[in-house]
Amino acid sequence: MAKYSKKNPVVLMQGNEAIAKGALAAGLDFFAGYPITPSTEIAEILSEELPKKGNRFIQMEDEIASIAAIIGASLAGAKAMTATSGPGFSLMQEGIGFAKMTETPCVVVNVMRGGPSTGLPTKPSQGDIMQTRWGSHGDSPAIVLYPESVLESYQLTIRAFNLAEKYRTCVVLLTDEVLAHMRESVMLPDLKNVKLIHRIHPTIPPEWYKHYEENPKYISPMASYGEGYRFHVTGLAHDAYGFPTNRSDEAAVMMDRLKKKITHHLRELIQFETFMMEDARSAIFAAGITARAAKSAVVKARKSGKKVGLIRPLTIWPFPDDALRKYFHNVRTVFVPELNQGQLLNEVKRAMGSVWNYESRKTRNIVPIQKNNGELITPQEIISTMKEVK
Amino acid sequence: MQKVPQKIVHNHYLRHRKKFPHVWCPGCSNGIVLGNIIRAVNQLGWKRSNTAMVSGIGCSSRMPVYVDFNTLHTLHGRAIAFATGIKMQNPKMDVMVVTGDGDATAIGGNHFIHAARRNINLSVILINNHIYGMTGGQYSPTTPTGDKATTTPYGNIDPVFDICELALGAGATFVARSTAFHSVEAQNFIRKALSHKGFSIVEIISACPVIYGRLNKKGTAPDMMREMKDNVIPIKAFDKLTEEQKKGKVQRGIFREIEKPEYTDEYEKLIQSIAKEQKK
Repeated sequence: MAKYSKKNPVVLMQGNEAIAKGALAAGLDFFAGYPITPSTEIAEILSEELPKKGNRFIQMEDEIASIAAIIGASLAGAKAMTATSGPGFSLMQEGIGFAKMTETPCVVVNVMRGGPSTGLPTKPSQGDIMQTRWGSHGDSPAIVLYPESVLESYQLTIRAFNLAEKYRTCVVLLTDEVLAHMRESVMLPDLKNVKLIHRIHPTIPPEWYKHYEENPKYISPMASYGEGYRFHVTGLAHDAYGFPTNRSDEAAVMMDRLKKKITHHLRELIQFETFMMEDARSAIFAAGITARAAKSAVVKARKSGKKVGLIRPLTIWPFPDDALRKYFHNVRTVFVPELNQGQLLNEVKRAMGSVWNYESRKTRNIVPIQKNNGELITPQEIISTMKEVK
Repeated sequence: MQKVPQKIVHNHYLRHRKKFPHVWCPGCSNGIVLGNIIRAVNQLGWKRSNTAMVSGIGCSSRMPVYVDFNTLHTLHGRAIAFATGIKMQNPKMDVMVVTGDGDATAIGGNHFIHAARRNINLSVILINNHIYGMTGGQYSPTTPTGDKATTTPYGNIDPVFDICELALGAGATFVARSTAFHSVEAQNFIRKALSHKGFSIVEIISACPVIYGRLNKKGTAPDMMREMKDNVIPIKAFDKLTEEQKKGKVQRGIFREIEKPEYTDEYEKLIQSIAKEQKK
């Protein structure tokens, strides 16, 4: 934790502002975006700050162009980002798939608002959790982070860049309207202690360079355009050099790589917080803004003698299956509050399905607490659901 | 200008050992345009490592895989947006976009006009074959009214996009049209477009004998070339014709070649002026 000083004061900051500051701290070189509520502040702040550092900002003609431009810039060597919300995020799906397919690092911020369609632009939701995982056509494993506070928005933005650069993929940072516009007093961490990761550049002669080099860790160096390594990048299935291929053996290697570079690093990728889980008999599983209400509900329930705990994922995808299995093994009831119609609920059911056997399923329970009318779930609502169940 | 044997040019700029034979049909004009592009780049003396070729999806957009530049084969219609990102991040790089009529004016129409409006230093080489060839011959925004495509079995009722007019209206600073038949002229236009500072577009009318030609009974590839020779005439000659004679004729030549502030230059100036302000 950073220490308070004149150089490092406590400041009142908005969630979107924290994301913009986090991106700048992570070494953002290029931002392309298109205005959309409630993410616009990120673009506004970066349009002011980036040229001050000699870096570039551009407002494109739509979200499709924005994601395309950041992928182009990333291929030219930039740490690149865009920020959007629901409808814009839907438009970006093809581009996100392209970034994952071509293993081009970039960060997409999606500030969730009420949906579907234009929905509730000024109200929060958690309706894009499944879209971040399955939104793009084809199998494309995802890394998605979701903070719960302004400070964490800052920290996870830096982490999103680190993961994007390290794993050469598109990392999505989810937040929601309330988190984005909420102001909290934060003390930003000292940047000296924050680890920044940059992509590894190749050192071998250009004629040996493979853009998608096979190696056991699935992390390979990446050259930039203009560096002397002339390579081909395509959204078609490709071989190790990046040239299109129709051969099933080469396509299999490529698809395997996309999957395994996530599944081989689950320990590093998955982050979650446990709160009062030591002796818990029932538990809450909640993410982002809903987890704050859940925390408060846990504290209140504990005061009245109930043994309740909370698991909060900071990494939504890959989903923390093992953590759930470990902590929920002996828990009788799991409450899943969320601002959608059960996107996390079904994942919890899937994860626990193999652990809770048929007999115990009768005595064990996964209880949904859902809302998608643009309102937040309150601690009181969670507590009253708890009372109803027992 | 120094004359370099064609074979040397080809060996230098093409990925000979890796990627040939190409995917294009017999009689397709794309190969002529590919030859024009690499010879134009050779004339300008551009370094391969500092040149990027970006494309979308379609027949013409398969070109980047054959050339030994920094190459990017992107999503349908989005080539210009990707290229904008490359150019913004690395303004010193020479970036060209190879695209087709459907790719640039249908699905990618928005990116096309906005890049022209910004006057960002990209060279767009648009190969207009009047049809979606890769998907088997559906009508595009440039399929002539009345012509047949697989999705217009009764004849096309859509009016046609004039790509050069569109680019002029959007504010492109270099606009030219030529054909695959007028290959030398096309090569000169491409060279001028590549060296032009600002958004440049060269439309090259091409022949698709296997799909468009077959559907519309245009004959063989040489027949289609002959048609280009007869119907695509210089701007000056076109202006002299009467309204009656103008029917079915298309102009070729340079429609506009002007200087305007270029986008990445302007952004650089912005960065400099902010830096000056901060020093004060």
